[in-house]
Amino acid sequence: MISNKKIHTLSVYVANKPGVLARIAQTFSRRGYNIESLVVSPAMDGHFSRMTIGVSGAANGLAQIIQQVSKLIDVLHCTDHTFDDAVVKEMGLIKISVDSSGRGEALQIAEHFGCKTVDLTETSMILQVVGDPAKIDALVEMIEKFKIIELVRTGKVLLARGAETT
Amino acid sequence: MEKKVMDGAQTLIKCLEAEGVEYIFGYSGGSVIPIFDAMITTPTKIKFVLVRHEQGAAHMADGYARATGRPAVVLVTSGPGATNVITGIMTAHMDSVPMVCLTGQSVSWMIGKDAFQEADIFGITMPVVKHSYLLKSSNDIPRTIREAFHIAVTGRPGPVLIDIPKDVSAGAFSGDLNAAMELPGYTTRAGAADADAVKEIADIIQKSQRPVILAGHGVLISGAHKELCRLAEKLNAPVTTTLLGKGAFPETHPLSLGWLGMHGTAYANKAMCECDLLLNIGSRFDDRIIGDTNFFCKDATVIHVDIDPSEIGKMIYPQYHCIADAKAFIDALTPLVSRLNTAEWLKTIDGWKQKYPLKFKRLGNLKMQHVIDEFYKLSDGKAVVVTDVGQHQMWTAQFYKTDEPNNFISSGGAGTMGFGLPAAIGAQFGRPKDVVIAFCGDGGFQMTEFELATVALYKLPIKIVVLNNHYLGMVRQWQELFYDDRTSGVDLEGNPDFVKLADAYGIKGFNLRRPGDVKRIVKAALAYNDGPCLINCEVEKTDNVFPMIPAGKRIEAMIIEAPKAGGKKLEKPTGST
Ligand SMILES: Cc1ncc(C[n+]2csc(CCOP(=O)(O)OP(=O)(O)O)c2C)c(N)n1
Ligand SMILES: [Mg+2]
Repeated sequence: MISNKKIHTLSVYVANKPGVLARIAQTFSRRGYNIESLVVSPAMDGHFSRMTIGVSGAANGLAQIIQQVSKLIDVLHCTDHTFDDAVVKEMGLIKISVDSSGRGEALQIAEHFGCKTVDLTETSMILQVVGDPAKIDALVEMIEKFKIIELVRTGKVLLARGAETT
Repeated sequence: MEKKVMDGAQTLIKCLEAEGVEYIFGYSGGSVIPIFDAMITTPTKIKFVLVRHEQGAAHMADGYARATGRPAVVLVTSGPGATNVITGIMTAHMDSVPMVCLTGQSVSWMIGKDAFQEADIFGITMPVVKHSYLLKSSNDIPRTIREAFHIAVTGRPGPVLIDIPKDVSAGAFSGDLNAAMELPGYTTRAGAADADAVKEIADIIQKSQRPVILAGHGVLISGAHKELCRLAEKLNAPVTTTLLGKGAFPETHPLSLGWLGMHGTAYANKAMCECDLLLNIGSRFDDRIIGDTNFFCKDATVIHVDIDPSEIGKMIYPQYHCIADAKAFIDALTPLVSRLNTAEWLKTIDGWKQKYPLKFKRLGNLKMQHVIDEFYKLSDGKAVVVTDVGQHQMWTAQFYKTDEPNNFISSGGAGTMGFGLPAAIGAQFGRPKDVVIAFCGDGGFQMTEFELATVALYKLPIKIVVLNNHYLGMVRQWQELFYDDRTSGVDLEGNPDFVKLADAYGIKGFNLRRPGDVKRIVKAALAYNDGPCLINCEVEKTDNVFPMIPAGKRIEAMIIEAPKAGGKKLEKPTGST
């Protein structure tokens, strides 16, 4: 499920205009890059949106493709944060099949990872986890001993640390 | 008194007028009827040219822009009308040509519901436009038009498409005619070149003994040909251009190497292999000039100057680069450099020029080169030359030397057959006083020959030269050289009598068959001044274009002359077409 390809984390600041996402996606896919995760949300100024995109593909050449994305008319800037000291977070919801016999252990694991239990029935439970993507991977691995019925992840979001802007 | 309300279409015409639009090339249809109506109800100086196929409209606007430096407008209906212009938009996009393309669209509330003649042209054209719009409100028209023209002509130019739903063109306008642009993501760097980068580049140039300046289309777009000439003369450095850069530097200048690449001059290509410094201004290092990326200018210092940052390092990693407009860069560089010691280098190059000149035989069957060469001589090299795509394109580029900017018009990046005739029409509209010659192959000509109607209707004095080898010559050449002469799907059996065809449109025709008649007929065609004429030239069927660098091969693998029959078999090329 999680590939070992290097995933680059890009932050793209765009004008909130129709088609901007399609143009960005096309630019990556034509050059053989795959979008692994994508989060789009309005920026503080509602005329703009912030996209955090995880792309995988050859590391060399990416800098040039970032220039191609940057040159799209509705893109203000596109920055590779892969090697920056940035705060990177993701949220996951994991629905597992568990009854009273396993519930105790499941809750123990959940607590270790700082999860919230957001839904609980006789036979299932939904855990909400927030953290860096590797932490979520680790939780998924641990919790796999219970049957995972469904799982959804938001994809990562990021902000540069300190006073620097993203 | 009741104030008269304009509708969206009338607003549109007013805005186009304000942008200084001279021509609209187009074709009507249901979804653009309001706009066609506004061309009548709104007082305007804009002239409308009715074409015979929408692809023709796009190539006309393209040819107009390349010949004048100013954008023209394309106006077509929705659905098939819009999809018919895609080839033309893509052709302009590949060669950085400004264009504003207006397409009609179904009414807003029907979009996405398979309405009659609905096509998602906004989505379909996304990869081949510089930018595009789908209008939502009549009130957005002034801002959008202003933005579209600004985007089309500034920075690295390109086509902009505006899709206009019928309710938007027919709806009442209550907005601001002077609405300002809103383009926070679009910053053009027409400004000065970075002084430190230029200084560094000047220092490295000053150390060179075997420099070559490579001038691309960017030099022409930026209008920097005079500046380039001054720089080359000051340095005493030779200049080669790309195919699209023809005219950026006079090809009759002693420092000119002609154009380089797959079918460029042997001396330009040899200079690429042996230079110690390559200063590329405004070329994107197309695969047809670099051959094998890994070996291109391997031992030379490469400097890349481009207005588009995404071109730096796309094909070739330069040691030095500068993101700037060509003119701004040259203006900054010239005062910092002085004459180089290139005497030896220029002597070597002259040796190559003597040894490997462009040549052809005047005897035997009529050669395309002979016809082109005669047109060159008898028009004093001053015509606006437009080509189609194929062998004749390469020979035209070789034998019709270009000394002035915007005088050589050809589909380079896209290689679009069918471009020649409509582009020549656009060029002639833009430059009514100049002689325009369209050199077309028999194949490509038939792709857009219906625009003869447009030529005839407007009595455009174009010299239409059909170089008729009864083959898709360029493909046949590849099959002969690389596929053991197994010709497949290239015989143009069934060609019409082109002179009769011209006659059907009321266009004067000439037939040219024998080398002995070339001078007389070319002279007569050039002297013909009662509108257009078509010259059908029955030429050698199986001639091949040389020099040739097989696609994807190192420049060193250039085949300078026709290989002898029965010689070593050539490997299939590994590069793209
Ligand atoms: C629209 C289009 N279709 C196909 C091609 C591929 N192609 C390149 S050159 C060529 C042959 C052109 O033949 P013709 O117009 O007769 O010119 P010639 O090479 O014979 O001078 C073809 C088919 C193309 N460039 N454009
Ligand atoms: Mg032909």
